[in-house]
Amino acid sequence: MSTILEMRGITKEFPGVKALDNVNMKVAEGEIHALVGENGAGKSTLMKVLSGVYPHGSYDGDIMFDGAVRQYRNISDSEADGVIIIHQELALIPLLSVAENIFLGNERARGGIIDWHETEARAAELLARVGLAESPKTLVDDLGLGKQQLIEIAKALSKDVRLLILDEPTSSLNETDSQKLLDLLLDFKRRGITSILISHKLNEISRVADTITVLRDGATVSRLDCSAGISEDDIIRDMVGRSLDDRYPARETANLGDIALDVRGWTVHHPLHAERKVVDNVSFHVRRGEVLGIAGLMGAGRTELAMSLFGRSYGRDISGEALVNGQAVDLSTPRAAINAGLAYATEDRKTYGLVLDDTIRRNVPLARLDAVADGWVVNRRREGEVAETYRKRLNIRSSSIEQETVNLSGGNQQKVVLSKWLFADPDILILDEPTRGIDVGAKFEIYTVIRDLARAGKAIVVISSEMPELLGITDRLYVMNEGRMVGEMPTAEASQEKIMARIIKTGEAA
Amino acid sequence: MTQTTTDPTPAEAPRRKPQGALTFLRGHLREYGILFALIAIMAFFQIATGGILLKPVNLTNLILQNSYIVIMAIGMLLVIVAGHIDLSVGSVLGFVGALAAVMIVNWGIPYPIAAVVCLIAGAIIGMAQGFWIAYFRIPSFIVTLAGMLVFKGLTLWLLAGQSVGPFPPTFQLISSGFIADPFGMDGFNLLSLLIGVAVASALVLMAVRGRQREARTGVPSEPFSFFAARTALIFVGIIYMTWLMADFRGLPNVFIVMALLIAIYSFITSRTTIGRRIYAIGGNEKAATLSGINSKRLTFFTFANMGMLAALAGLVFAARLNTATPKAGATFELDVIAAVFIGGASMSGGVGTVVGAVVGAFIMGVMNNGMSILGIGIDWQQVIKGLVLLAAVIFDVLNKKKG
Repeated sequence: MSTILEMRGITKEFPGVKALDNVNMKVAEGEIHALVGENGAGKSTLMKVLSGVYPHGSYDGDIMFDGAVRQYRNISDSEADGVIIIHQELALIPLLSVAENIFLGNERARGGIIDWHETEARAAELLARVGLAESPKTLVDDLGLGKQQLIEIAKALSKDVRLLILDEPTSSLNETDSQKLLDLLLDFKRRGITSILISHKLNEISRVADTITVLRDGATVSRLDCSAGISEDDIIRDMVGRSLDDRYPARETANLGDIALDVRGWTVHHPLHAERKVVDNVSFHVRRGEVLGIAGLMGAGRTELAMSLFGRSYGRDISGEALVNGQAVDLSTPRAAINAGLAYATEDRKTYGLVLDDTIRRNVPLARLDAVADGWVVNRRREGEVAETYRKRLNIRSSSIEQETVNLSGGNQQKVVLSKWLFADPDILILDEPTRGIDVGAKFEIYTVIRDLARAGKAIVVISSEMPELLGITDRLYVMNEGRMVGEMPTAEASQEKIMARIIKTGEAA
Repeated sequence: MTQTTTDPTPAEAPRRKPQGALTFLRGHLREYGILFALIAIMAFFQIATGGILLKPVNLTNLILQNSYIVIMAIGMLLVIVAGHIDLSVGSVLGFVGALAAVMIVNWGIPYPIAAVVCLIAGAIIGMAQGFWIAYFRIPSFIVTLAGMLVFKGLTLWLLAGQSVGPFPPTFQLISSGFIADPFGMDGFNLLSLLIGVAVASALVLMAVRGRQREARTGVPSEPFSFFAARTALIFVGIIYMTWLMADFRGLPNVFIVMALLIAIYSFITSRTTIGRRIYAIGGNEKAATLSGINSKRLTFFTFANMGMLAALAGLVFAARLNTATPKAGATFELDVIAAVFIGGASMSGGVGTVVGAVVGAFIMGVMNNGMSILGIGIDWQQVIKGLVLLAAVIFDVLNKKKG
């Protein structure tokens, strides 16, 4: 196989930081090349250098594509060579149709007048190639995340792609959609399209990748050939520079207390389509000192369940009973829910979790500002002490509490969100996808916090789409599908297969 | 310069933690930039007008001319920080002025009662608009655009298209009065100067104490040279300005009102839980709501507050003109909004300071005044003011990108 891309001695500096230090990467034509590393290792920076987001001259080193040195000044330069990058945050316009999105910036037009017939015909062809049975006229907004991801890929195909770069394409997809996407990559490989896959999910990488480049702290650590047989532990060792014997902190048998939260017959309707039940007659409970997991696919209604419990922040026509410590309490607003001892850390920390422009100091006490104030006046000394305490306790990597949270990495942002809720001192903590998009090291730290909280007698509910995570940290599991609870089991008796079986069986019945 | 050896004094702290003065300046360019800009603009016009700008009589005028813009800019700052905008303030100012005129001149209601009624009316107008914005999520741009038309129309109706005046002299004193001087010096208002010295000293004391507190908690602070220069500048500046005004007729009543409002609202925005929460909802309303903050009630409150301050500005403006006219307040909203943005607030909310907005208002005011003295026509004045607004915001955006 010939080499399609070689990046040699790439060094990229930002003021005060060397983001990339003499990085080398070699990609063979027609392979699936995985790029892995912890958050902040420099993966995204390297891909921005490659795609011309950081123009030639702003970095040192050479990019060889098809055997010649290329000097991309912007994204259109790299796209002209067929180097197409699909970012983690999808770049689709929700209120335009699928066909319009696919040809956005690249319209099928003559003299500025769009040929709708050709646009839709070509879009239909591309949709067929990515295995998506949707009309080109559908609005992107009406499609789920998995399908939107496929549209991004169709868009890349429309540009005669030779090297497709996917930045964490499955981070927000459920298992089924992830599998489909990976199958598609394998299909592309057979057709001769080269892919670079950036991912945190090692099981996916070991499934599809031919070669792996591991980055750590802005430098190439290793280049692994998968045909020789690579274990996930090998990859992890290279990523973190040490062997993670255990990806989850050790757990002793839980010391269970009374039932902290008891939900019975909870039903929530969709905020716009009132006749649709998003959560349908759900009952569950969690005890003090217990880590409870809720498994399920994307769109199973888990987030909606949590948000409707937490101050009716989602949905309409909510019915059912929720008892906190055996008592019926007011949960009608987030404030009331917090006062009743509930906390909910969202899956989307940037949209729902943090005031990004504000500092760590200002974000941490936000849910219980009164506790750092004398009457109406914020006591800045106490506020600073609180922020500093949690910065140390959760090991939030930052220059000081005065750092704005927008500049923190995903893992550290998540720790700020956790700090906020820990400071609110709840009895029941609902964590929605607490480790999404976070590297292995930070995950371990967050698991440790969860374990310690349970040990201290808090009731923890973890909603996660990563089954190994649920199996690793919880005591008991519920399985949710299409708005209903379809299974309950002690984690000790659970397995990924058992959980999937519950989901699939109920899916068939419905 | 210090007697103790154990306590880190403000002078020592930065030496222990050396931070390049240039690096610091780059990080805080915006905060200093606005102050430098005001000083530079004042210096320019002082020279260009041959010293007229800072003549006591002109300085006093400058403050009187801009008082109502400053008062409204304080309210607008809260509205913009909360992530909204209020286009109706000019019309509300005119409407309240008309209401005051009708009550006091036509109906003979004593002016203190009329003034209270006017302030309440302003607050109710703010609530009426804030209600739709906060609880029904109608965009503030649209609600207040409607309010702008409604209250412009109601002003015309109330005055029946005529000017109503003059006000009784006691009412005029809101705008044209000066604080009395118990010392009775001829041609010099000693009390005014003493107030200036007291305020300047208090500010310096607060700054020094704040810095000591920072040094204790070990938070990296600005280099001492900057701290000293800025504090000295504010100290000397305030005393010089009050000296000039004392030399004319003393501090205007409205200046006292303005200074109190600046102090109160600076405190509210920077130190109280309410202020903190308004910044949070402007920065990320969803996150704030999920943190148990009642964003609807706070939004409602910022608009009610804006309405009340617009009403106060309406009283000040009517007293200054000594008459209520149907055209009062037209396009004032643009000056107010411009002042807030020049002062460093962000269109998307969550960013901005009261002091910034006030300095922004005075930048506009000094330019108006200076250009008028120079005899520049109203046509070019508008062009130049527009370009200054654009430049300030471009500077903001570029500055943010670099950082």
